[in-house]
Amino acid sequence: MRELLILGAGTAGTMVANRLRRRLSPAEWRIRVVDSELRHFYQPGFLFLPFGIYRPNQVVRPKRRLIAAGVEVWEAAAERIDPEHRRVHLATGQELPYDILILATGTQPRPDQVEGMLGDDWGHRVFEFYTYEGAVRLAERLRNWAGGRLVVHISEMPIKCPVAPLEFAFLADWWLRRRGLRDRVELIYVTPLSGAFTKPVASRVLTDLLDHKRIQVVTDFAVARVDNERHALIGWDGREVPYDLLVTVPPNLGAAVIELSGLGDEMNYVPTDRHTLQAQGHSNIFVLGDATDLPTSKAGSVAHFEAEVLTENILAQIRGNPFPARFDGHANCFVETGFGKAILLDFNYRLEPVPGRFPLPWLGPMTLLGESRLNHWGKLAFEWVYWHWLLPGRSIPFVRAELSMAGKVIPAGVWTPETASSMSKR
Amino acid sequence: MPEKIIAGQTVTVDEEGYLQNPAQWNRDIAQEIASEMGIQLTDAHWKVIEFLRRDYQERGAVPGMRRLNKVAGIAIKDLYTLFPDGPIKKAARIAGCPKPTSCV
Repeated sequence: MRELLILGAGTAGTMVANRLRRRLSPAEWRIRVVDSELRHFYQPGFLFLPFGIYRPNQVVRPKRRLIAAGVEVWEAAAERIDPEHRRVHLATGQELPYDILILATGTQPRPDQVEGMLGDDWGHRVFEFYTYEGAVRLAERLRNWAGGRLVVHISEMPIKCPVAPLEFAFLADWWLRRRGLRDRVELIYVTPLSGAFTKPVASRVLTDLLDHKRIQVVTDFAVARVDNERHALIGWDGREVPYDLLVTVPPNLGAAVIELSGLGDEMNYVPTDRHTLQAQGHSNIFVLGDATDLPTSKAGSVAHFEAEVLTENILAQIRGNPFPARFDGHANCFVETGFGKAILLDFNYRLEPVPGRFPLPWLGPMTLLGESRLNHWGKLAFEWVYWHWLLPGRSIPFVRAELSMAGKVIPAGVWTPETASSMSKR
Repeated sequence: MPEKIIAGQTVTVDEEGYLQNPAQWNRDIAQEIASEMGIQLTDAHWKVIEFLRRDYQERGAVPGMRRLNKVAGIAIKDLYTLFPDGPIKKAARIAGCPKPTSCV
C-alpha cells in the first residue's frame, strides 16, 4: 500500500483529497488528511457576518462530512515534517509515513505580530474578521455602534483574500447609510500599499469607487504598533491614525509546522515551483493553496485552479510521466461594492485584472472589472457552488484552470509576455 | 522605457527612476541615486543594499521588511533611520532593483 498524505483539510486540502480519491485506486493508494480543526468554514462568508447578511451557522459545517469516504481523516496537529525519512510527526506522538506529501496548511492571521494589537482595545475597539470568532464578535459590536472614526486597516502584505478589506470598507459604507449613521462616521482605509490596489488598471476603478463613497485612503502605511491609550495606529515613519473602531487585517503567516520543519520562508510559506506546484528541492512534496509562496492571490479560486493542475501532475508523477499541467497563476475574485453590486476580477501571473465579460466571451453574463448586480448575485450563488461543486472536487462549467484571454479587453502594455528569464525563475 | 545617464553610465529606467536591468548597476550609480535622495551611504546602508541585490538575484523578488528583519537581521526601526519614509522603495532604487510590487 502506498501513502498519499495531505496536511490541512481546509478548502485546498479537501478539494484535492476528493479529486485524488476518485482517480487513485484504493487498493494501491491510501489517502490520509491531517487537521486539528474539526469545523470547515465557508471563509468568503466571514465578510458578510459583521453586517448581518449571513448568519453564523451558515458558514460552518463539520469537516469530516465534506471529505469523501475512502479518505482517512486524522484529527490531530502535525508537529514536524521529516522529508529525509518521509514522515510526519503528530502532536499525539504518532508518525505517519508518506510516498507523496501535499502541504495545504494555509495561512493564519497573527495579531500577536504587531505590538499592542492584542492590548486592552482588542475585542472592544480593535477587531478582525478573518476568523469565525472575530467576525462574530465584530457583528455584535457593530449592532449597537453609534458612529465615529471607523478605520479599515491592512497590517502587512501578503494577506489571504487581498480584496476583502476593500469589500469591508464598501459594505460598511452601504450598511452605515442604510442605518442612517453614515453622516456620523468618518471612514478611513489604511494600507501598506501605494494605492487602493496593486494592479494599475483595477486600481483606477477601485480608487474612483472609494472617492465616490467618501472613503479616505492612507497609503504606504507600515504599522509599528497599536497605541491602546490614545486609540491610534502608529506607523514606523511616525504617522498616526486615530480610531474609534479599528477593523484590522493582522499579518498573515503560514503554519507553525512549516517553520518548525525548516520548509518555509520568512513568512512560513513554502518556496514552490510556480508552474508544477512542487516544493523546491523536494520532488515528492507538493504545495497547494495559501501555503505556497507563489506570486498570485491567496484565495479559494487559486486553490481550486491549482487543485486541478496538481491532480494531473501527481497522477503523472506516479506513472513516471512528465508533468502535463502548468499552473498559470489564475485567480478569480468577486469584489462586493455595496448596494447589491459587485465587481469581478479574473487574472493570472501575466495578465492583471482587465475589463471584459465572464465566463463566456462577449455574452458573460458577468462583467469583469465593472460593477453589476449580476456579479453580486454570482457572489451569493457561489456559496452553493462552493459546498456542492468546489469541495467535492468537480470542475465548474465554462471555467477552466487556465485563464482565458477571450472576452477580455486588454489595454496596450498590460499583458506581460513570458520571457526566458521569467521562465527560469522557479 | 527611457534611458538616463547616471554616474557617466547609460542605464534604462522606468518612469520613477528604478533601473530595469540590475546588471547595469554599479556602486557609483548607487552613490549618485542616493545623494539625489539626500542619503549619504554608510556601511549600514551598504549592508541593506547588498542583501537586497543578492536576494533579488536569487529569488527574483525584492525582499520586504519582514525578510530583511528575519533573514538579514536588520531591525525595521533602523531601516526607517537609514532610508526615511519608504525604506524598501528607496533601498530598491539605490540597489538597482525594479520597484517592489505586491501581488493582489
